[in-house]
Amino acid sequence: MATVIQRRTGFLGHTLFITGRWLRAQYRQPALIAFTLIQPAIWLLLFGQLFKGVVNIPGFSDPSYIAFLTPGIVMMTALMNSGWSGTTFIADMERGVMDRLLASPVSRGGLMAGQLVSNATTTLIQTILVFAIGVAAGARYDGGVAGYAVTVVASMLVGTAFGSLSNAVALLTRQQEALIGIFQFVSLPLTFMSSIMIDPKVAPHWVNVAARFNPVDWATIAAREALSATPDWSSVTRHSTYLLAFTLFVAWLSTRAFHTYQRSV
Amino acid sequence: MSTPALEAVDLVKTYPAGRKNPPLRALDGLTFSVPEGVVLGLLGPNGAGKSTTVKILTTLSRADAGTARVAGYDVNRSQDQVRRSIGYVPQKSSSDPMATGVENLVLSGRIYGLSRREAVRRATELLERFDLTDAGGRQVKTYSGGMQRKLDVALGLVHRPQVLFLDEPTTGLDPEARADLWSEVGRLSGDEGLTVLLTTHYLEEADRLADQLAIVDHGKIVAEGTPEALKAELRGDSVHVELVDPDIDGSVRTLLAGLSGVGEIVVEGNVLRARVDHGATAVPAVLGALEDKAIPVTAVTVSRPSLDDVYLRYTGRSFREASLEGEAA
Repeated sequence: MATVIQRRTGFLGHTLFITGRWLRAQYRQPALIAFTLIQPAIWLLLFGQLFKGVVNIPGFSDPSYIAFLTPGIVMMTALMNSGWSGTTFIADMERGVMDRLLASPVSRGGLMAGQLVSNATTTLIQTILVFAIGVAAGARYDGGVAGYAVTVVASMLVGTAFGSLSNAVALLTRQQEALIGIFQFVSLPLTFMSSIMIDPKVAPHWVNVAARFNPVDWATIAAREALSATPDWSSVTRHSTYLLAFTLFVAWLSTRAFHTYQRSV
Repeated sequence: MSTPALEAVDLVKTYPAGRKNPPLRALDGLTFSVPEGVVLGLLGPNGAGKSTTVKILTTLSRADAGTARVAGYDVNRSQDQVRRSIGYVPQKSSSDPMATGVENLVLSGRIYGLSRREAVRRATELLERFDLTDAGGRQVKTYSGGMQRKLDVALGLVHRPQVLFLDEPTTGLDPEARADLWSEVGRLSGDEGLTVLLTTHYLEEADRLADQLAIVDHGKIVAEGTPEALKAELRGDSVHVELVDPDIDGSVRTLLAGLSGVGEIVVEGNVLRARVDHGATAVPAVLGALEDKAIPVTAVTVSRPSLDDVYLRYTGRSFREASLEGEAA
């Protein structure tokens, strides 16, 4: 019997290896990269034109719609992109990859986190791109570095939260169709029952009530507030805290979903 | 003998009723043990419980009752140690199609704690051994089915496991790729005391690769032994008679049962199988009796007992029939 040359590799090591796997898979799909970058650009320019007139509604707080919309599109992009996250898990389950990994000593948390870190990297790049386009289109922000930092962190939290949710749904349903169906069902309400495109001051009351429970809206408020000339830091902190708590909760939930998956095989 | 490499005692597993399926008792008191360095073949049709057994032994699934030990570790209590001791080649291809052969192997090695250098060295070694060196730098999605399967086996060996699980290794491969994989797997057994658990629903594969066979039927082991011993237990020869018309009323069976030296008659459709003491003398007697009653016959064959006959003996139905049953279920 040859000596077993195994050493203990823990959560961090496994997260690193799994992140590498997904980043590599992403850069091998140039068409996918092009789409993930072009799509938010189109949204920003399309919605920017389409709803330009809403700033004229009495009560709308921001005179520049593109400046108002850009942080919203950042969050919407993070949400839309991360919803697909679970499809990679399902592809692994349809092959024997998931079973092989689960029969190995790989950290379950690392399996989840590696995929989410790779997802967050995409979100980061998209966020920078959306801002670049927004600024090119005339958006200006007074919030400075802190404002951008809050926006970037908030968008990555949105990506991580909904990415883990997508992974959890993938582990529970094990069907591409079901995952995509569920995601489509929730993504539009999350986008429109929020202040992403419309100032809550001019939105119907019930939308504002619904938005209060919408993590994507928490992120949008935190970002917009932090980017403004005179940020209300208590609002930024409060909404960021909600978002962080929500992200941690779903991340924990998704790791639990591995156990449910294993019970059913 | 030292501790067995694999040991399952009274495993029971029931899958709860689903939307479409009634509850299914996949394992019903399955017991077996495998000494170190042996290739055990679990032979049975689809649905017999082979994959469920593998899933429990690889910690993917939990048994409702019973105990199992792998490399001396309890599969429920010492999952981590079990996972470090085994290599698992699932039924479906287990490589990442977007990564190259080398990347797949290196990632797997890293997960088990090999340093980058060790992992690369091991990957090179395994690619060479499985004749995949030239393809090592290509993405797996460009591999043929046979190449992917060889890479799957290599992935199961990266960390030098003590026990390797091969779940239906050649299902879906063309005959050439199957023969190729058989010779690769054949070479594994001599390897560093590696214990292999192989599940298969191919009789020929079981006969060719397994040192020890366990026949699984309805979630239980119904027979165990070396392929030779199992066949030797069946005295005499097998006779297969193909009738023109199916034996609906059982008259053919009754007729042949009356002949001396003919036993264990099983009829499936218009094929009748029987065990005879001496093939050479039984054939004229069988044909004579059928001719007397004017029962038309298409063909008669005599053969030495095969694993198919062993299967028939212990389960009461031919392997082909059981496979069809498994697929319908």
